[in-house]
Amino acid sequence: MSRSVKKGPFVEKSLQERIEALNAKNEKKVVKTWSRASMILPSMVGHTIGVHDGRRHVPVFVTENMVGHRLGEFAPTRTFKGHRMPATEKVTTPVKAGA
Amino acid sequence: MARIAGVDIPREKRIDISLRYLFGIGPSLAQRVCEEARVEGATRTRDLTEPQVARLREVIDRSYTVEGDLRRDIALNIKRLQEIGSYRGLRHRRGLPVRGQRTRTNARTRKGPRKTVAGKKKATAKT
Repeated sequence: MSRSVKKGPFVEKSLQERIEALNAKNEKKVVKTWSRASMILPSMVGHTIGVHDGRRHVPVFVTENMVGHRLGEFAPTRTFKGHRMPATEKVTTPVKAGA
Repeated sequence: MARIAGVDIPREKRIDISLRYLFGIGPSLAQRVCEEARVEGATRTRDLTEPQVARLREVIDRSYTVEGDLRRDIALNIKRLQEIGSYRGLRHRRGLPVRGQRTRTNARTRKGPRKTVAGKKKATAKT
């Protein structure tokens, strides 16, 4: 079910405050946050936000068409480097007797 | 011969069924289109009069996205997700399920036919 419009988009308060502060000063600094659930607002466009992926803060540069998505969508929490190829080693070893 | 929204020519079937041959028009939309165009859904496509066909065409053109346009919209949406580097875009790129389904088993629609990897054999008898 989608979120009630009445409530407005969810953004972590502290994060929003820091973004507002940067906007007011016309500065751009990396803002670290753990709040992956926060919605990206138009005010965040152009900032780089360090989104926590469970290990480190992934720098995410916010562009215009990211608005409406959540920060977490841009910082994957899983690293999958692919499976090792099992055939290469196993095949060369002689097949055991009694199959 | 009814030709609506491009190339599709369904015939011999009831119009509310025939309309479903258009990409982007399913059971409920087909009925709604018929109502809006004031055409009895039960009439066969070949029995439709010219003005009726014209009305259907107009209703679809005016208020619904079908066929090529719809396909393009969908492709653009996917492309956008991929370009902004979102998780959903990554899943599309990988050809894996996008909406959080399990992939340990199933997910064959997205992953395609099984590609069996020769795993290690089960421990055989005794050496």
